[in-house]
Amino acid sequence: MKSPVTFTLNGSESAVFVDSGANLLDVLRRGCGDLSPKYGCGQGSCGACTVLIDGEPHVSCLVLAETVAGRSVETTGGLASGPDLHPLQRAFIDGFAAQCGYCTPGMLMAAKALLDRNPSPTRSEVEEAISGNLCRCTGYEPIIDAILEAAKQRGAA
Amino acid sequence: MLEVETYPTVGEAANAMDDQARFLGGGTLIMNRVNYGDRRFNRIVRTTDASLSEIRAEGDRLEVGAGVTMASIMASRDLEFLSSAARAVGGPAIRNMASVGGNLMAPHPYGDMAVALLALDAVVRMVRGEELSLEDFLARRNGVVRSLLIRRPQGDEFRFRKVSRVKPKGVSVMSMAAHLTRSAGRLSGVRIAYGAMAPTPVRVRAVENALEGVSLDHAGIAAALSAATEGLDPPDDPIASGWYRREVAPVHLRRLLLGEDAR
Repeated sequence: MKSPVTFTLNGSESAVFVDSGANLLDVLRRGCGDLSPKYGCGQGSCGACTVLIDGEPHVSCLVLAETVAGRSVETTGGLASGPDLHPLQRAFIDGFAAQCGYCTPGMLMAAKALLDRNPSPTRSEVEEAISGNLCRCTGYEPIIDAILEAAKQRGAA
Repeated sequence: MLEVETYPTVGEAANAMDDQARFLGGGTLIMNRVNYGDRRFNRIVRTTDASLSEIRAEGDRLEVGAGVTMASIMASRDLEFLSSAARAVGGPAIRNMASVGGNLMAPHPYGDMAVALLALDAVVRMVRGEELSLEDFLARRNGVVRSLLIRRPQGDEFRFRKVSRVKPKGVSVMSMAAHLTRSAGRLSGVRIAYGAMAPTPVRVRAVENALEGVSLDHAGIAAALSAATEGLDPPDDPIASGWYRREVAPVHLRRLLLGEDAR
């Protein structure tokens, strides 16, 4: 059975029909065509599917899609404004913080949630913020450096 | 085919439960099962009842709604004593979702919050008002929980420690909690609980008994450390073998009891 769900996706009103029991990640990717959140483990261990719901990070593979009705969802797909990358995206590119790139959208959203709440985090606060996001390529250091650099850039802007 | 039913009150949701239904809290347990094609249920029952997310004082106890998340516990001044246990559960995204009621149902090796609550002698209040000890609840693990009733520990008498191989977030090799109540300067009526050392979080009575009437120092706790895994048969899993859990438990118990930091 399908049911209609209306929510805000990256600032725009979105209305989709969702299968009963579908998770938010499937609905974003297949229903809304936003391929930025990734399917990694399907059990909340890897964080590749991290999106923000009302500003707070959630693993979208474990969110029952219909529970986001009336709420605001943000994905990496909405980070850039036109040709202008978000400071986090710019810092990830400049700092070589992505290798295979599969964890990157989840890392970016976890980092955005942190910087929105805490514009000048310490290194250990950054480590804590991405502690639910696995990366098997970088060893994390370039990612942590990039998030700290983005915080510095945003502070300077 | 999976059906999702949403009810305005938790009472109505509880009435809709049967053995083909699962109650959806924060989703971290049930949606995981859905994603992996678990066919043991065909209905998801949920409620939009806001009262499940409330934290309120009730006499000298705190009533914590079953839907209160780990993130809400960490943000609550009243529940500061549970903050370290809440932080032990997943990363920030999981903590925004995972609920205290769900943690009571978490399969091995999960359920770190339940370990803390077991040491604190939390009482489980079911939807229909029935109250039972958390220990009794964990033995049968059924029914819909409305809230937990928790007595606030005094000073530094409550301790929690999670042992994992990955920092800052990793699955439990074990977790341990202690409520170190004293009488006339000596330990008395102490409660000790372990997680990931048995199929569910458990109280460790051999350790509790060995701590009765002793002082909280190296000499006083020696007998308790010798009894650290008495009566337990810790499971093997991909995180650690039962043998390893048994070998290292006394070390972590000592660190917990004496408040030592791991080196």
